[in-house]
Formats: sequence, structure tokens, C-alpha cells
Amino acid sequence: MAAEPVLEVRRVTKHFGAVKALTEVDFRLERGEIHALCGENGAGKSTLMNILAGVLQPNDGEVLVDGAPVKVGSPAIAQMLGIGLVHQEIALCPDATVAENMFMAATNRRRSPLMNYGALEREAQMVMNRLAPIDVRRKVADLAISSQQLVEIAKALTLDCRVLILDEPTAALTEAEAQALFGIIRDLKAAGISIIYISHRMAEIFSLCDRVTVFRDGRHVVTEKIADVTPDDVVRRMVGREISQLYPAKQAPEARSDETILSVRNLSDGDRIDTVSFDLKRGEILGLGGLIGSGRTEIAEAICGLRARSKGEVALRGKVQRIANYRDAVNAGIVYLSEDRKGSGVFVELSIAQNISVLDLKTLTGPLGLLNSKAEADLARDFVRRLGVRMGGIDMPVSSLSGGNQQKVAIAKQLAVRPQVILMDEPTRGIDVGAKSEIHRLLRELAETGIGIVVISSELPELLGLCDRVLVVREGAIAGELDDTDMSEEAVIRLASGVTQTDQIATGRTANVA
Amino acid sequence: MAVDTMVATERQVPAWKRIGTMREAGLIAIILALGLVMSFASPHFLTFGNMRAMLMSFSVEGIVVVGMTILLIVGGIDLAVGSVVCFAMVLAGSLFLAGVDPWTASLVGILASSMIGMIMGFFVTVVGLNHFITSLAAMVIVRGLCLVITKGTPLSLFTLPASFKAVGQGTFHGVPYVILIFVAVVILFDFLLRRATAFRKVFYTGSNEKAALYSGIKTKQVKFWVTVLCSTLAGVAGVIYMSRFGAATPTFGVGMELNIIAAAVIGGASLNGGSGTILGAILGIALLSVVTSSLILLDVSVYWQDMIKGCILLAAVSIDHLLHKRKAV
Repeated sequence: MAAEPVLEVRRVTKHFGAVKALTEVDFRLERGEIHALCGENGAGKSTLMNILAGVLQPNDGEVLVDGAPVKVGSPAIAQMLGIGLVHQEIALCPDATVAENMFMAATNRRRSPLMNYGALEREAQMVMNRLAPIDVRRKVADLAISSQQLVEIAKALTLDCRVLILDEPTAALTEAEAQALFGIIRDLKAAGISIIYISHRMAEIFSLCDRVTVFRDGRHVVTEKIADVTPDDVVRRMVGREISQLYPAKQAPEARSDETILSVRNLSDGDRIDTVSFDLKRGEILGLGGLIGSGRTEIAEAICGLRARSKGEVALRGKVQRIANYRDAVNAGIVYLSEDRKGSGVFVELSIAQNISVLDLKTLTGPLGLLNSKAEADLARDFVRRLGVRMGGIDMPVSSLSGGNQQKVAIAKQLAVRPQVILMDEPTRGIDVGAKSEIHRLLRELAETGIGIVVISSELPELLGLCDRVLVVREGAIAGELDDTDMSEEAVIRLASGVTQTDQIATGRTANVA
Repeated sequence: MAVDTMVATERQVPAWKRIGTMREAGLIAIILALGLVMSFASPHFLTFGNMRAMLMSFSVEGIVVVGMTILLIVGGIDLAVGSVVCFAMVLAGSLFLAGVDPWTASLVGILASSMIGMIMGFFVTVVGLNHFITSLAAMVIVRGLCLVITKGTPLSLFTLPASFKAVGQGTFHGVPYVILIFVAVVILFDFLLRRATAFRKVFYTGSNEKAALYSGIKTKQVKFWVTVLCSTLAGVAGVIYMSRFGAATPTFGVGMELNIIAAAVIGGASLNGGSGTILGAILGIALLSVVTSSLILLDVSVYWQDMIKGCILLAAVSIDHLLHKRKAV
């Protein structure tokens, strides 16, 4: 067959500063196929998709549409070329209606200066009905996350694109919604539209896709027909890397403590998490793995009072704690480091000292309600030295620090109240490699002082390299526990995506839900 | 390990260098430069009388600037300060005319201003409106209230006792009381803002409300009381004006809020909250005042003055924004 692929990428390279996100990547999308793209977080999938959608520009290499080289200089050009991308993150206007959001891109291209809202809503409702019964006149802000995700998809459907890229579209969807989406994807394929489908879920890939491409560390590893491979093959190709020596030594078996420091029983919030139970030992680093949206963050939030729970209890050293809000958790000795560092972690305009002292104001305040600034500075100096924060001075604003050092300040803030348990959500996200290993070493040192640490991470190497034990979360429940002997990236991916055995693939996802 | 040796615990920054990087230093330099130019341009500029007049002219407004700066730090804004200044003035004035002792009347005027702050604080924290809209409504409502109280005509208060008039008109060893009150307010709040735990929470809340909430700070309470503080200081300014002018006009202070906000922003307060200093804000209003005085001495038409002040505001904020942007890269 000599037919040109509808979309082709030749030797594309993209780097951000010194970091190479993509190295001479080749990729071909045939007409009317559903092509799965797999790889760990950071493998370069999203970078490539953003290049195809005109969001990023490659440093080298070329993109061809129907065999002709093109320059996708902006998202508008991508639209004109018929390439539609459904982002993993929701990017909608919360105050506009579903219909307005769906036709935002289309409106941009339309010639007429006036809006015909009646026609707009009718048309939007028609598209939406294929996916789910959502009233298109509702505001996006009023919808649940899964419905918002469906709006993102519906938005892409309104553009008459020839290539549709779906980046983990089912991450936030329920089973029924996902099934409806698969039906539509098959319809689109029948209509001749080519689809790139990014997902971690092997069951979905093997029931839906025609071919699969695996990326690893910014390189193209392999492209195969789905019929020729097994999920095991794909997972092995995705991993294929040795865990480097960058991680600090784990707890020695003889150093293990039997003392349970934190014990969580039957924790539920009636929504995202379902009867979660686990124990955290003294001096242990416990990992929480799983897909984005699987409920890991929600579990941490429910433990420390940032999320209302419907049942379950949290005990510290055997004593059940009453934790109604975050202040209670801090007083009990449990602190939480948010994954969203800038959004809810640090105060960027304020000084390093002022950031470190925020949880500890009471002990720093004198009888007249005045802050003891010397004590505050001493506290800050102490932690800055212990954590090795590189800075100009403790009076400098946090905005003057690098990401890694900002994160150290956020950790220092938590340590200032002498916690017994630290919950850390993506502690090294967006941090360069050097600072990353410093933070890992720091966490290990903290654990050795007898603190219990829970680390939530989407990076498998980090999870396996750092943690003494890993719990894998799937759909709000603990899907399995891995200790040092059976810990492997394959095992985590299997548990996270719901593939238990090779022969269960076809029914994998549905079986797990039942 | 190499990393450990690289960790500088704290580089010692010389004191003069720190001052040099402060925006306050820049403002002082601009004010001095302007003063130098003016002292050549006009023989009347560098006279004791003109200096005192300039200081007097921004002292009372300066008290309001203090409150506004703290409110900007928490991430709020108050467009009603001009109306509240007037409200305290006409309420105290009409109570005095009705036979109330002027000191008591002033206290009532100030407390009533605090009440307005509480009502605004209620709408911001409980109802959940933003400061801009809430205070915009309050600005119009309170102005209306002033007209209702006075039936639209200025109150003549020449019967005010001399002891009360002394607050706005008298001097202590040649220094007007007004300036002394202003300096006291500035020193007090500058100290509190630097040192008091309660005021530290203002910075946390304004810098990142979510992070502050996650740190157990009651951010709504903080926002409420700062709103009240701003209105209260406006009330204080109102009764001082009454004493100084011996009159109360229902249209006094129209447009004052813009001057106040401009001064705070020139002085480094951010409309996004989280930053601002009292000293900076005071220098901001001093700069606007020097400019006004210079324009008058240079016989520039009043019609040009607002335009020039607006341009200064735009320039100051642009320079600051560009400097910050370059630092961030």
C-alpha cells in the first residue's frame, strides 16, 4: 500500500533548556486507525501531542500532513489542518455554558459577526447527546469533573477534524461514560477519522486500538499491531530501564519497626474514595501509586481534614483522632504537602522566614501579640541549614528561589511544627534531577528520625526507588500492596491499570469495576 | 558531599545594598530630585511655609492611605473611603449642631465609620462579594447618606470650641498637631505590620489565601477586620478635617479614593495582595503632593494636574512591573 499516512512525524527533537523531552522521534498515523500511544509520565507523549496541536514548536525534525511538510505554528493552524487535541487537563471557561465552550474554537473560525444562540445550543445538544445527557445550557462550573471532561471531548467533536488526539480521556470518567466514549471513538473511526489514543489502561488499549506505539525517555521504542503483542509486552517496553543509584538506601530489614504510627481504617468520602485502610510504620516511607485521578490525593486530603469523610477513622499511635479541619491535623501531628506548590503550598511574595513560620505562629508570638522576629529568624536559619536551601538570605522572597528550593521551604514549613506523619503529594514534581535526589535523601533522613512519611507520586522510578512499601490505588480503593520483594514497575502498572493476568485483558476493565 | 559545601547558609548582604534595592529608596530619590529642580524653578518652593503646607496637605489623607495599604495587602480595595471621610465629618458636624459635645460627636462619627466597614466586611466575607463591588456600592450609598444628613447644604461649624479646633489648626512647638497625629499613626501601623502576629496574617491571607487557609489561618476574619480598620481610619481623617476646616461639606472627598489608591500603589502595594509597606505608601502620597505643589507653583493650569498625576501613576506602576518581570526570568 502506497497510501500516504494522514499524519507523520520525522525525527522530531524538542528540548526545554538542557532537558531533552523528545529525541529524533518518528511516528506515523494511518488513515482511519486508532493508534495507542503509551509511555510513562515524562516519556514525551504530551510533548509530541502539543507539537502536533501547535502549542509547542519542535527544535528539529518535521511534521507531514498527507505527505506534505507543514509548519504547525499555532493551535489555530492545527485546527485548519484538521488536528484536534483533547487535553488531559480541563481547559474550559467555567462561567460560560457548555454550548458556548463547545463552540469556542469553531466560533473563532466563523465569519459571521453575530452569534445565533438558538442554533448553537441545538447543534451542541445534538453532539452532546451522543456522549451523555448533559444540558448544554448549564454552566461548566456547575458540572462535575467527569462531565467537564466530556465537554472537552464534545468540544473536539464539533471541529470537523481528520485527526483527533485524546490524552487520557477516561482518567476522570465513570465506566458508563467511558463505554459511551468508546462507542463514539469507533463511530469516528468508521467515518474515516484517525485517532491517537493516549492511555495507561491496557484493557482500553487492547479492546479499542489497532496499533500501539511505545515511548520511553523521549524516544520512540516500538510500534506494533495490537494483534501481535500482549499487554505484558507493552508494559515491559514502557519500563525497560534500570532504577539508577540516585536513590538513598532503603530501610534495612532489621531496622524495621513494628510500631504503627498512623493507622487508617475504612476511610470513605462517599464520592472519590472507598473504604481505604492501611497502616504506616514508624520510620517508614510508604508510597501511594496509581493513575492520575485514581483518588490518591483525595485519600491524603481526607486523612488530614481537607476533605470531608463519610466514614472511617484515623488513629495516631493507636489513638483515634478527631480531625475536622486541617488545623486539627496539624495539632495532632499530621501535615500535608500539597501537589500544587504555588497554588496552596508557599507564599511566593513573602520571605523565606515568613513562609517557614506560618504554621508555628503561636509559639513565636510573645505576650503582647508581637512576633519574636529573632526566634523566627533562628527557626528559619535552622531549617534552611538542615535542608540545604540555596538562597540569598532568609529575608529574600520565596519567588527568588528555584523550584527545588521552593519545595524545600514548603517542607521546612511542615517540619517546623515537629510532625509525626508527613503526607507528601508529588514532592518532586517540576524539580530538576539534582534537587530531586536531595529531597529524596532528606525524606530518608527524616524517616530515620522516626517520622512516618507517605509519598504520593506519579513517577514510577521515584515510587520504587524511594519507598519501603507501595500501595497502589485504583478507582478510589487500594488495589494492592507491594513490598520490597515484589516491587516492580510492571507490578505497579498492572495494579494501577487493572490488568492482573495476561489472559484477562479483554475483560480487564469491566471485571475490575464489577 | 559537594552539595553540602555549596550550601551557603546566608550570604551577608551589606545594609546599604539592601536599602539600595528597596523601592522606598527610589521614591525618596525621585522626591529629592523633584525638590531640587523645583528649588531652582521657584523661589517659593524651598520655604518653610511651603514645606509645612505640603506636609499638612497630605497628613490627613496619609492616615487614610495607611488603612488602604493594609487593605490592599490583604487583597482588598476600598472605593468608599472618600465617602466615609465625608460621612464622619458631616455626622459629627450635625451632631455638634444638635448640641452634642464635639469630642463625643467625633467619637460617634468614627464609630459609625467603623460600622460601615463592618457592613462592607459582612458582604465580603459572609455574602461573598468582592471588595471592589461592595465598596463601589458603599461609596454611592454613603455619599447619599451625607446628602441626606445635611440636606445637601454645607454645615458651618464656626461655633466649634477652640480646644477642638486646635486638633486641626493648632501647633505644638510650631509643629501642627495634624502632622503629629499622622506621624504617630504611621509609626504605630508600620511597627504593627512588621511585628504583630495578627498583621502577619494579613500578609499570608493576601499572598495566597488558599495556602493561608491550609495553614489554619481564619482568612475571612482577617479580611473582615482589615476592612473595618480601613473605614475606621477614614473616619478618623474625617473628624480631623472637620476640626481643621471648621465646616462640613456633603461633597467633600469626592474622588479622594483614587488619590489614596494611587499613592499606595506607587508605594509598592500590589492590587493582587501580599505586598505593600506603610513607608512606601506614605512616600507615594508625598510624591503626588510634591507634584501637585510644584504644578501650582509653576502656574500650570489645574486642568492639567489630574492628567499629569495619572501619567505618574502609570509610569510608576509600569517601571515596577517591568523590573519585577526581568527579575523573574
